[in-house]
Amino acid sequence: MKRSLLVIAIIALYALHQDFWFWRAAAPIVFGFLPIGLFYHVCYTIVISALMWALVKNAWPWRLEDGGEDGEKGGQGEEHPFAPSPHRPVAQSLDNEEARHT
Amino acid sequence: MIPALFVFAYLAIVIYIGVFAFRRKVGERPAEDYFLANRALGQFVFLLSLFGTNMTAFAILGSSGHAFSNGIVTYPLMASSSALVVPLSLFLIGTRVWAMGKRYGFITPVQLFRDRWECGHIGTVITVVQAAMLVPYIIIGVMGGGTALYAISGGRIPFWIGGAVVAMVVMVYVFFGGMRGTAWVNTFQTTLFLLFGGTALVVIGVGMGGFGNAVNDLLASPSTSSLLTREKVSPLFFFSYTFIPLSSINFPHMIIFCLTAERMRHFKKTVILYPICMLAIWLPAVFLGVAANRATEVPSIRAKLEARQTLVSQGAALSPEERGELREKSAGDDILLRLLDHYAPLWLAGLLGAGIMAAVMASDSQILALSTMFSEDIFAFYGGKERFGERAQVVTGRVFVIALTVIAYAIALKFPQPIFDLAVQYAFSGYSAMMPLLVAALFWKRSTKWGALASALWAAASVIAVAVFQFLVKTPKVVWSIGGVEVLARTPAGTSVFGFLPVVPMVIVSALLMIVVSLMTKRPSEKAVGRYFLR
Repeated sequence: MKRSLLVIAIIALYALHQDFWFWRAAAPIVFGFLPIGLFYHVCYTIVISALMWALVKNAWPWRLEDGGEDGEKGGQGEEHPFAPSPHRPVAQSLDNEEARHT
Repeated sequence: MIPALFVFAYLAIVIYIGVFAFRRKVGERPAEDYFLANRALGQFVFLLSLFGTNMTAFAILGSSGHAFSNGIVTYPLMASSSALVVPLSLFLIGTRVWAMGKRYGFITPVQLFRDRWECGHIGTVITVVQAAMLVPYIIIGVMGGGTALYAISGGRIPFWIGGAVVAMVVMVYVFFGGMRGTAWVNTFQTTLFLLFGGTALVVIGVGMGGFGNAVNDLLASPSTSSLLTREKVSPLFFFSYTFIPLSSINFPHMIIFCLTAERMRHFKKTVILYPICMLAIWLPAVFLGVAANRATEVPSIRAKLEARQTLVSQGAALSPEERGELREKSAGDDILLRLLDHYAPLWLAGLLGAGIMAAVMASDSQILALSTMFSEDIFAFYGGKERFGERAQVVTGRVFVIALTVIAYAIALKFPQPIFDLAVQYAFSGYSAMMPLLVAALFWKRSTKWGALASALWAAASVIAVAVFQFLVKTPKVVWSIGGVEVLARTPAGTSVFGFLPVVPMVIVSALLMIVVSLMTKRPSEKAVGRYFLR
């Protein structure tokens, strides 16, 4: 549920970037020097930061983090999906003869 | 000349940080140490250096120049769209790339592609495409350095010397410091230009007698009131620009930077604070660019405004050469420097000039990224490391840094195009079109190496096609229309396809090619897929 709301929020924010309602309007001049179109996008940028905070708080990919950092602490062998490769992938790809000739 | 001396002092500090500071004894993995700072960057350095590496001369000089000509639209066009797309891609893609890199030891994006799709030479093709599109980005750095030093020294340091000095400084600390030196220099530079924005705004604002008057004057004049709205651009053009920041995460230096974080949690603050950093840099730059239209007491700015006025009133009657000359005269890439030169006290102009240099010297990580790609994706992949050892690989990377800098400098001298056009039309659009590669590699099991090859070749071909089209068709006109609908047109700013910037069809076709070609070709082995997708 939380994730669905966040996805909706991202899509809504993307749509709100296209603020056609202020397209031809310069006034009101906010704080005496900021045209309304620019002020809108300043607020928009701050709202994005708030959304990013919500994403980090509610949808952080812990599984990846745990895997990466577990891996760093000590490998458990090639079969474990989170285990660090004994070699760089370059070497692994070269093991594949078909790949070599692609 | 005094501001230029401040800049030279700044350059000396940068060399010190990059070359001598934070040096560590090289461990058992010299390549990982040189190219990735041993995957050990802390949270603070990671945030500031990643942000700094994504900000170039384009962010400060290009944006204020663009705002000078086009008005406030520059901010939503480039800054607020990036403020959404870039942190979101770091959150979704950057974290995954970091995790895969940590697990499997990647140093470059192509190593990930080679492993994920079990391919060899296709990876080489992708490397070549990525490298070809990164070079213009590096040239921007050299051009920005030349332009900045020329303006800061009041024309005493010619463009070719300024460009050479900046290129040389960057080359020295990348050569010696590798990723660790580059990251620390970027951290220092980002701190400087974050401070620079606010200070420049206050100093120039006071000098101009407050921005309220300037904005009201702009609003009152029919020739300038449109600068405070977005009526100069069409909604389709505006929408197209939201595709440009897709390029960010696809730039090899950004992906490589994602691999340098010590912990994945270092991404958290970066993702949250990235939009605020964008605001801090772009708002002052854009606002000052717009306000410069009222700085008629500055002779050089008045000359630009007069050239623009002539272009508008007599443009149709002029020859293409005359129009080109006027466009060059009215270009605003140096507008911020002109304002500082006039309004800031000498010593402050020097300090602020150093802040601008910090922004224009962001080509360091691109140079390092290309060197990394060459030594990992080409030299090591084709057996160089096995034959000559890892230390020879690092030496090769360093020699590559020198060669690349020299080439970029030579090109920068030959093609004096405005910073902004060069960046957007060639590098940014092309990298946006490469987005399906990363997304498919990380999120779509059924994607194949052939789909990746098709996408990469399309990205390269479409960039070339746009460049050739714009070279052949110089005058704005509709080239192809069907039933009154404009399909392909040459515009003053570039090219439009159905009213959109070329980046839109480039990304859509690239994604379609990835899907269709992948579905038509043999899927990767279960083993390879299993390494990337947990059940």
